[in-house]
Amino acid sequence: MTAIDTNNQQAPHSHGLPVAGSTGSGSPPERFTSRNPDDFAVPTGREEEWRFTPLRKLRPMFNSFQVDSTIRPTWVAPAEVTIEVVAADDALIGSVLRPADRVSALALANVRHALVVRIPAGIELSEPVWVTITGKPGLNYGHVVIDAAPNSKATVILDHVGSASLAANVETIVGDGANLTVVSVQDWDADTIHLAALATRVNRDAKLTHVVINLGGSIVRLTPTVEFGGPGAQAELYGLSFAGDGQHQESRLHVDHAVPNCSSNVVYKSALDGETARTVWIGDVRIRPAATGTSTYELNRNLLLSDGARADSVPNLEIETGEIAGAGHASATGRFDDLQLFYLQSRGIPEEDARRLVVRGFFNDILKYIKVEALHDRLMDTILTRLGAK
Amino acid sequence: MSTLEIRDLHVSVNAVGADASDTPTEILKGVDLTVNSQETHAIMGPNGSGKSTLAYSIAGHPKYTVTSGQVLLDGQDVLAMTVDERARAGLFLAMQYPVEVPGVSVSNFLRTAATAVRGEAPKLRTWIKEVGDAMKDLEMDKAFAERNVNEGFSGGEKKRHEILQMALLKPKIAILDETDSGLDVDALRVVSQGVNKVRETGVGTLLITHYTRILRYVHPDFVHVFFDGRIVQSGGAELADELETSGYARFGVNETAAAG
Ligand SMILES: Nc1ncnc2c1ncn2[C@@H]1O[C@H](COP(=O)(O)OP(=O)(O)OP(=O)(O)O)[C@@H](O)[C@H]1O
Ligand SMILES: [Mg+2]
Repeated sequence: MTAIDTNNQQAPHSHGLPVAGSTGSGSPPERFTSRNPDDFAVPTGREEEWRFTPLRKLRPMFNSFQVDSTIRPTWVAPAEVTIEVVAADDALIGSVLRPADRVSALALANVRHALVVRIPAGIELSEPVWVTITGKPGLNYGHVVIDAAPNSKATVILDHVGSASLAANVETIVGDGANLTVVSVQDWDADTIHLAALATRVNRDAKLTHVVINLGGSIVRLTPTVEFGGPGAQAELYGLSFAGDGQHQESRLHVDHAVPNCSSNVVYKSALDGETARTVWIGDVRIRPAATGTSTYELNRNLLLSDGARADSVPNLEIETGEIAGAGHASATGRFDDLQLFYLQSRGIPEEDARRLVVRGFFNDILKYIKVEALHDRLMDTILTRLGAK
Repeated sequence: MSTLEIRDLHVSVNAVGADASDTPTEILKGVDLTVNSQETHAIMGPNGSGKSTLAYSIAGHPKYTVTSGQVLLDGQDVLAMTVDERARAGLFLAMQYPVEVPGVSVSNFLRTAATAVRGEAPKLRTWIKEVGDAMKDLEMDKAFAERNVNEGFSGGEKKRHEILQMALLKPKIAILDETDSGLDVDALRVVSQGVNKVRETGVGTLLITHYTRILRYVHPDFVHVFFDGRIVQSGGAELADELETSGYARFGVNETAAAG
């Protein structure tokens, strides 16, 4: 059965000022990828993939740079897990990633070391792997590889804190039958710039749960991509952005269905609190002719908590076979929902409490996928503190 | 013993026209109705006659503007209260279209509401039993408590969830707006039993419905015919049967006019 459900509640995909060019949904063109940085021109801001991004602050990262300092990740992990720093010529590096923009290609070409996290086959971890990446001021390259061997089950947290200008790539392999949760937290200090490609391959009958939480930083632009290495694979992609004044948080997803019977489910939410707060969500999903039996759904919700804040939302669904199980997307950007408030208040809950419940619920809808209580609670506390500080 | 008095209530809604003009349209044109504890009043009337508007106006929905008239609960001015104050004063509205609240679990919602209405947090152990029993009465699966409020609920599940809230919040006066619509026969029986159980507590009930089938379970003391923003006829339970057999026309209601 084929079901295509295109539901654009509250009409606009793009909210706020009009933007030159198309903001509606269309077909994502075939992505150009290359390991050679010079195959990508220096962005001018007119390119489809850069047109939402404030480029001025990013200029130093559009060419090869001298690394100012070395970021040394620290970690806490169960004994079964191997974590090591390898040289950039290791065979794992570049095994999943195919750079799709100049910064990603530059980072791959220039990075000297990579952190490799290996989850052994058939092992179910009782505790998460918690990698903390503490930035240091200045320009940096980064590279992380997460290799979950077949039939393993694990949660890996990449916890970004501190201050940095980081161009990075993260490669993730979810082996046959493995069940991997990756949580990437961007809890940076206010001046941070973080540009990264998060490339994942999900193999046969494997399940990926990918959670991206953007809280801190000045410009955070992440491009999660998923490809499937065999049938029966599943990808759940969740994202939460909370942008305040002066923050630009951009998520550009690309899910490539090229093998049969895989599913993808995308739920990205952002809350914007501040006149100059800015979020961008691009959701590209491609279902290739061979990908029969695909099931995919994308949802983007943006909550504008103040005037002037702007959220852009562009879902792109390209379907090249009729033999799919289902495909759809929905996107909505709006202010606080008065009806939700009314409903809660009509049950006796005072307005302030009702408001808190709705906002907390908005965030918790994504945070609930983080089953690591200490992290979940820390993030919720950070959010509530920021909301309360208003 | 409580009394809800609705006196000559006029209500407008700001209709945003195709030309984006913003003109108030009068929907309720003088509603008079008194509901006492223990009593059950059924309101029946064609689509668009203003039944939900009456219900929402009493609850304080922001979309509706009361232009004149009064609503009193035991002599207290309901219209001067905020939405949550009305609920804490003892009013309850089971909505025709309950609202989804993402990320807020039913259990958290129910406990927050009960705490607000009762003025103190219910003791955890008795509360869990209370919720469990009420859900059992309504044949609701325990798993509901962990789901988000109304999110992905079927039409029937939403209605059960409304009556669950009514059972836990124990209002003085409850307004049920088409609680029976969209229920299959079994669900109708279960939900009606749930309503009847709350009625035993002495609640005064205003039951808005299109169908007499719910009235076979929830017996009304009074039936009112609602048309064009007001009550045009009132009577006993037999009035509902007359409506069933002969439609609204007999009561001076021109249904084509209502649709137009
Ligand atoms: N925001 C609005 N703008 C314009 N008209 C409105 C608005 N809200 C309600 N109305 C109109 O008010 C009238 C009464 O609506 P109401 O929902 O109260 O009817 P009802 O009797 O509950 O109908 P039903 O049996 O279909 O539930 C309708 O004609 C409706 O279109
Ligand atoms: Mg109605």
